[in-house]
Amino acid sequence: MSEVQAVTDLRATTAAYTLALADDALVMAQRMGEWVSRAPQIEEDVALANIGLDLLGQARSLLTHAGSLMDPPRTEDDLAYWRDEREFRNVQLVERSWGEPERDFGVVMVRLLVLSTYQHELYGALVHSSDDVLAAVAAKAVKEVDYHQDHARMWVLRLGDGTPESHARTLAALEREWPYVDELFDDAHLTPELVAAGVAVDPGSLRDAVDRRVRAVLAEATLTEPEVGPAVTGGRRGVHTEQMGYLLAEMQHLARSHPGATW
Amino acid sequence: MVTTTVQERAWAAAAAVPDPEVPVLSIEDLGVLRSVDVADDGSAHVTITPTYSGCPAMDTIRADVVTALREAGFPEVTVELVLSPAWTTDWMSEAGKERLRDYGIAPPQPRGPGGVVPLQLSLRCPQCGSPDTHELSRFGSTSCKSLWVCDACREPFDHFKTI
Repeated sequence: MSEVQAVTDLRATTAAYTLALADDALVMAQRMGEWVSRAPQIEEDVALANIGLDLLGQARSLLTHAGSLMDPPRTEDDLAYWRDEREFRNVQLVERSWGEPERDFGVVMVRLLVLSTYQHELYGALVHSSDDVLAAVAAKAVKEVDYHQDHARMWVLRLGDGTPESHARTLAALEREWPYVDELFDDAHLTPELVAAGVAVDPGSLRDAVDRRVRAVLAEATLTEPEVGPAVTGGRRGVHTEQMGYLLAEMQHLARSHPGATW
Repeated sequence: MVTTTVQERAWAAAAAVPDPEVPVLSIEDLGVLRSVDVADDGSAHVTITPTYSGCPAMDTIRADVVTALREAGFPEVTVELVLSPAWTTDWMSEAGKERLRDYGIAPPQPRGPGGVVPLQLSLRCPQCGSPDTHELSRFGSTSCKSLWVCDACREPFDHFKTI
């Protein structure tokens, strides 16, 4: 392979990797927004909106970077609003609804605990990335997701070790989310060359630390780890659940109704 | 080479821009303004850094910096957003912290060695000075603040979180 070809490949694979991280943050931010005015307390309305805002900020930086590496280059808005479902690379954990038929606060805290613990380990490692932009985004994000993890941990403790009702509902939330944890460690969005070049972090290398930290919270919250196998997923390859289409319809509707609009 | 006075004049113009969400602080007090360079052709290049990744004030700050420099006689202005090194509350000026307290917001604490954020057990109430306070909500009206209440004077107050 020529040197030029190798550089081109590295740009393309870095873009694909960055896009997957961006999509996790973007889609989780969109889901978080659903809680505004619907959380159990006004303080939680504010908390979940702020967490969503942090994630949206991280997504914007990552989308901008991914888009700048593409040929032809694409903007953050091109990528957020003009890609179709199969082009998104987020894990299915973040795209699913907060509960059927009603949203459940236990689900949001369990999902946030898992995601923020994973993101904290990921960004903690990514601050050493050989890609300067990824390292810079990670250095900011690691402080933000640390605060999210702390918030989720405190709620899972309070709910799990709370009343029989809150305990049972948190346990049900855990059983609902648990099959989707495995996908966080899927590596379909990156190449071994990207890890060797020091650009990306092998998600499998984060598994022990994430498992250990999540299990410690569950034990303290008197919750038991569910005995359920992993779901059949595929978000990193563009395979999504039925709920993803509805989420995108809402998120992309305005931009697609007014092509070329600026704000 | 542009003279120092021109550089200083450009810096002063940018430095006076207030933070749109905490207008008692300038973007210099806050540590958001990183650099101002005037080129030989008279164009100004400004770098700013966000407090939090999703800080919605950055677009306003960017526009305000352009306006301030144009009014100071620099018609060509570019504003660049830089992420690295990551912003920390340690960059807030002492004068800024004092103004924050006078405004009714408890300022951030200094971070420990290696950037360790100390556990926040209590804060002094910016209204009455009592240490008898507790955290009401870990998230406040903006990304950078949490909400506290004073048990002595019963007044709620914002705290600029240490990061």
